[in-house]
Amino acid sequence: MSQATPREKARGSLEVASVSKKRGGATVLDQVSLTVNPGEFVTLLGPSGCGKTTLLRLIGGLDEVDSGRIAVSGTDVTGVKAHLRPVHTVFQSYALFPHLSVFENVAFGLRLKNRPEAEIRSRVGRALAAVHLEGFDARATSEISGGQGQRVALARALVLEPDILLLDEPLAALDAQLRSAMRLELVQLQRSLGITFVLVTHDLEEAIECSSRIAVMREGRIAQMAPPEEIFERPASVYVARLVGMENILAGRVVERTAAGARVDLGFARIEVASVPEGEEARIGLHGEHIAFSRSGEGVRGTIADVRYLGEATRCHIDVGGATLVANVSPKEVVRRGDAVILDIDASSWVALTP
Amino acid sequence: MKARQLLAPALVTGLVLFVAPQLMLLQAASDRSVWVRLFDPLYATIFWRSVAMALGTTAATLLVGFPVAWALVRAVPEKARGAFLLLVTLPLWTSVLVKLYAWVFLLRKGGLLSQLLTLLGSDSPSLLYTTTAVAIGQLYVELPYMILPIYASLERIDRSLIDAAQDLGASPARTLARVVIPIAAPGIVAGCVLVFVPSLGSVLVPDLLGGAKTAWLGTLITSQFGTARDPAFGSAMAFTLSVLTLGAFLLFGRFLAKAQE
Repeated sequence: MSQATPREKARGSLEVASVSKKRGGATVLDQVSLTVNPGEFVTLLGPSGCGKTTLLRLIGGLDEVDSGRIAVSGTDVTGVKAHLRPVHTVFQSYALFPHLSVFENVAFGLRLKNRPEAEIRSRVGRALAAVHLEGFDARATSEISGGQGQRVALARALVLEPDILLLDEPLAALDAQLRSAMRLELVQLQRSLGITFVLVTHDLEEAIECSSRIAVMREGRIAQMAPPEEIFERPASVYVARLVGMENILAGRVVERTAAGARVDLGFARIEVASVPEGEEARIGLHGEHIAFSRSGEGVRGTIADVRYLGEATRCHIDVGGATLVANVSPKEVVRRGDAVILDIDASSWVALTP
Repeated sequence: MKARQLLAPALVTGLVLFVAPQLMLLQAASDRSVWVRLFDPLYATIFWRSVAMALGTTAATLLVGFPVAWALVRAVPEKARGAFLLLVTLPLWTSVLVKLYAWVFLLRKGGLLSQLLTLLGSDSPSLLYTTTAVAIGQLYVELPYMILPIYASLERIDRSLIDAAQDLGASPARTLARVVIPIAAPGIVAGCVLVFVPSLGSVLVPDLLGGAKTAWLGTLITSQFGTARDPAFGSAMAFTLSVLTLGAFLLFGRFLAKAQE
């Protein structure tokens, strides 16, 4: 049995410690810290301008940090140039070399390392097979589709067996159908290779479907980092709640703090949440999916103010006296504007949000 | 059909301004004896000297011009590039004659350059009327024609390609050699053609800075129509130069096509 060296044990880990970056006087990244374990699929999620692509470029070494430290596989790479880092990137535009064939694009990194021709042939062949592009070797990059270009970019980075693969909005340029197919493929590829993936996207669905953990970014900081279910069901702030499409964000008053959390008065109901930030005012969030029409006759009484059919669900705006709740109910429910309803709200689904 | 018709003005202009004068040259050189004189070893020396100077000018402008164009694209912010490009093209706003006379003052005995050389301990006080002066003048006159097409081709290279090359393990030097230069090849070849062709038949620079001490192809042809009063021989030489230039042009073209395969 061989002993694993520290580097092998940590292979694929990433540590970003208090990294800051300014551009043209504006702060793009402000003291960002995050840790990624080997083999994880982490997504940096946020709107454009939140600093997620800048962070990716810093990890890849394409830009230099102003302050802070970055370590890959347990080795500090802060001052190391891009071409010497064990990290490779799939660019948003794919950045395929127009003067090289598909084969030569994928072979690019291996040729730089002066690998023997036979090894290049077999490794490029395997990489192209892994992304289902057998037989495309001789094609020019201008002769392939967007989805195929995406696969070439993937193969070109993966053939070098990086410790970490960085993906900058890799699916943004594809049409909806291809995008969802490629998502599945990305996840399968990541699982079969066991390589750490760090993906940048502004697409919530993509982040939820692909990631083992999501780092939600806001204005150069990480707003919340957690597994997808937690980001979706337990957003920490109003910002994250809006980002994950939480339909109900309500204002309430803290009436009692208990060991388990707090009781909050929402006007139309008193609810319990696990934890509330300091102060008397509280912001409470609730997904529309957790509101159903009551069968028992107990619950919050309200009147349907608006009904919209969305296909997967029917969205009802319900006037509950002083507030309007948004519920996503089963499309089988037959309701009309003006109907009086009683709402059954899952008591554990309320979340307290920081402003 | 319509698009093809748009080519007509260019074709007519080309025919009238290039092919017709060539035919007139041929007619002027109808005497067979002038063609035989072309093979005089004396002219072979002048021919090869001019070819060497044209190749040297092309190489020198490429060596100076490529880094300038690359720096313009990589180091100068987009907003400031217009101003820098203006500086590159500024010499083209004045007559070559005026610029070369300015160089005469710089290069002659007691001029700025010779003063500088004297300070550095050189004992040759004047560069004027030497082959070095001709080389300096050629480099100066032709440099913008090398920079502009290279700049145009470098500017079109997507930044992410350079990022990708470095990301995949290419040092800056190898990024240049394996990605930037191959993609910019059409601009580089265009610059070489634009510099080589006029350099081969250059007249003003050898005349003003070389002092007509050494014979070059351009000055030799000019003198046949002037002081030597031998327009038939001059026509034969001019026609031959045109054919050779065309040959060089086609050679460059084939080289480019091969490079892009």
